[in-house]
Amino acid sequence: MEDRTEDLLGFLLQVSSVEPTHISSLKVHPPPPPSREHRCHPPPPSPPPPPPMEKRDEQQLAGSSSSVMCQLVSPEGDHLGAALYLPQNVGPPQLQEIVNHLLHNEDKLPYAFYIGDEELSVQLGAYMQQKNANVEVTLRIVYQPQAVFRIRPVNRCSATIAGHTEAVLSVSFSPDGRCLASGSGDTTVRFWDLNTQTPLFTCKGHKNWVLCIAWSPDGNHLVSGSKSGELILWDPKTGKQLGTPLTGHRKWITSVSWEPVHLQAPCRRFVSASKDGDARIWDITTRKCVIALTGHTNSVTCVKWGGDGLIYTGSEDCSIKVWETSQGKLVKTLQGHGHWVNSLALSTEYVLRTGAYDHTGKTYSTADEMKEAALARYKKMRGNAPERLVSGSDDFTMFLWEPTISKQPKARMTGHQKLVNHVYFSPDGQWLASASFDKSVKLWNGITGKFVAAFRGHVADVYQISWSADSRLLLSGSKDSTLKVASGGKDRVLKLWMN
Amino acid sequence: MPQGDYIALHKKRHGRRLDYEERKRKRQAREVHRRSRDARQVMTRAFDLWQLLGAKGKRFAKKRYAEKAQMKKTLKMHDESTSRQKADDVEEGAIPPYLLDRDQTLRAKVLSNTLRQKRIEKACRWGVPLPKVIFNTNWSGLWLNKKCSKFYELAREKWKRMVTKATFIGPGFTRKPLKYERFIRPTGLRFTKAHVTHPELKCTFNLDIISVKKNPNGEMYTSLGVLTKGTIIEVNVSELGLVTPAGKVVWGKYAQVTNNPENEGYINALLLV
Repeated sequence: MEDRTEDLLGFLLQVSSVEPTHISSLKVHPPPPPSREHRCHPPPPSPPPPPPMEKRDEQQLAGSSSSVMCQLVSPEGDHLGAALYLPQNVGPPQLQEIVNHLLHNEDKLPYAFYIGDEELSVQLGAYMQQKNANVEVTLRIVYQPQAVFRIRPVNRCSATIAGHTEAVLSVSFSPDGRCLASGSGDTTVRFWDLNTQTPLFTCKGHKNWVLCIAWSPDGNHLVSGSKSGELILWDPKTGKQLGTPLTGHRKWITSVSWEPVHLQAPCRRFVSASKDGDARIWDITTRKCVIALTGHTNSVTCVKWGGDGLIYTGSEDCSIKVWETSQGKLVKTLQGHGHWVNSLALSTEYVLRTGAYDHTGKTYSTADEMKEAALARYKKMRGNAPERLVSGSDDFTMFLWEPTISKQPKARMTGHQKLVNHVYFSPDGQWLASASFDKSVKLWNGITGKFVAAFRGHVADVYQISWSADSRLLLSGSKDSTLKVASGGKDRVLKLWMN
Repeated sequence: MPQGDYIALHKKRHGRRLDYEERKRKRQAREVHRRSRDARQVMTRAFDLWQLLGAKGKRFAKKRYAEKAQMKKTLKMHDESTSRQKADDVEEGAIPPYLLDRDQTLRAKVLSNTLRQKRIEKACRWGVPLPKVIFNTNWSGLWLNKKCSKFYELAREKWKRMVTKATFIGPGFTRKPLKYERFIRPTGLRFTKAHVTHPELKCTFNLDIISVKKNPNGEMYTSLGVLTKGTIIEVNVSELGLVTPAGKVVWGKYAQVTNNPENEGYINALLLV
């Protein structure tokens, strides 16, 4: 470990000397560690001797400390390496180099740094001055891996594609991001070509409004649920209906969720939730309802198939039930809310929905390959922590649960003044956003549930939110017919895109 | 039996309890037990044999419960059946599933229809909004101002006039030097807020007046800020949350005054959408 630290220091000295030098950095050199001098790298080219005028300032500065003692900590809390003495002109780019080096990353991955829940965007020296931090205390810097790719913020409406004759009720990109499907109040499901921005297929077959659609994580099937309670399977490559409609629900379908591809590939099962109070697991190869999960006394508003093989259902009877999928048995009931549970979000949701596909655009030929790739992605996303579930409710609050561990909620997130309509984890699981009818969108820490920021751009109820794939941008759609893009983590509205 | 409308008023002001539906459902579920208890008691009075009748009553209730459970099962079976004789008619106004249980638009549609009917009936009675702004240059017909009080009847102040109608001044207003002030607008007749009705939502808001745009009785009245029936005013609508197609928030809109403020002491206006 000691070797490592020195290499870094030498490395750092080189880096800092390349930076545009200004007065303070000329004088500030880290004091070399006392007994190890002989093992150091060759000293960097010495800077030109400071003019005599500045010698007085140097004396003054030497009185105040010229470097900061830091300890890099991973998001889970493990220390990365020993504590380091870093010069004051070290900023996030240099810290990134250090972390990459210490983790032996082959490609240089981007990181973001947080000191005490606040992001570090300036150099250490400036930060210390701003905060008047005590130099004697070791500064704990938590590093957070960021997405390697960067999504460009949207700045104009690229196309308006006409086709639906009634309101579009649900829309979804395919897991590999190449195809788009939408369901509408004119009872059709339409597929769209993204390269030419024209309609591909118009699929008729439903008898009433198409309320929800869901892509299977391997991208081979699309299921759509309607207001008459029936579900229809479509083949996205030909636009044809696969078999007869699946009936069984007595009232309209509120939500559909597929089994993750790392549990079973090719995708066979999905679960649908309905207003009549039960959720049903269907098998598309036998085209039958395999299990009916009954137990809720009121409409089931939201259903999610988790990565561990548990199904979470949130309902208007104020409870969330956790079911096991082989026999459909109820595992747990999570009570706590005072009114309807409107929406559920899982920390690994993005990975479950996209399956094996990620930003590299790799395609898979066999189902087994896909399953392995999806499993690897899921494991990386989850790490060692259990899956987290957040539920937003009509009682103006949200609960953060760890359902596999306990029945008690981990945190209660209050602050909204009207009902919470939609909650959504960011794709990397670090942030959580909530949309509420009190015209605000609130951002919370995805791990602890602590409040971070509120966005107040809208003038009417905020209905839905969505994250960009790199977790840097947050999009919110509202009743006032506007969509607003915000930069996650900073309280700033970037661009307004009107539809 | 409640005498008066205090219960309905409380319900309107504060809404119902969060668990109202649940409690109502439970109360109705307990009705069965209540009825069965009553049934037992009725039979005891008739036959005067407690023990047997107690059991008889219970058997009666049990039989009724079994019938009910059977009925529920057949209903569920019918619901789940795949063959449907009746075709679902597709309604207008499709909404996403998270709004389906909240019936905002449905209620608004019914409301707007009934209110449209009412407005058609009332149109002749109100006569506003006026089809066009009529200019009336006959000043004597409209008593705008009167000579100021006897004190000012002296020759040096004969030219002063006091406005006897409701006026709007504006926040940055300062009176002219007394020697040069011709029209006096008394503070008692100055208004800053208007009760503005939205024609579609039929909801009335108390909104600030931004300015007086046009008074049909002439430019002099407009420049003085006089508010009479038919005056077009500009009101601050930021609390309504309206948005332009470009995405900007609308904070000012025109409204037309529909009552006589000088007789009534308040301003009613209709929003011109």
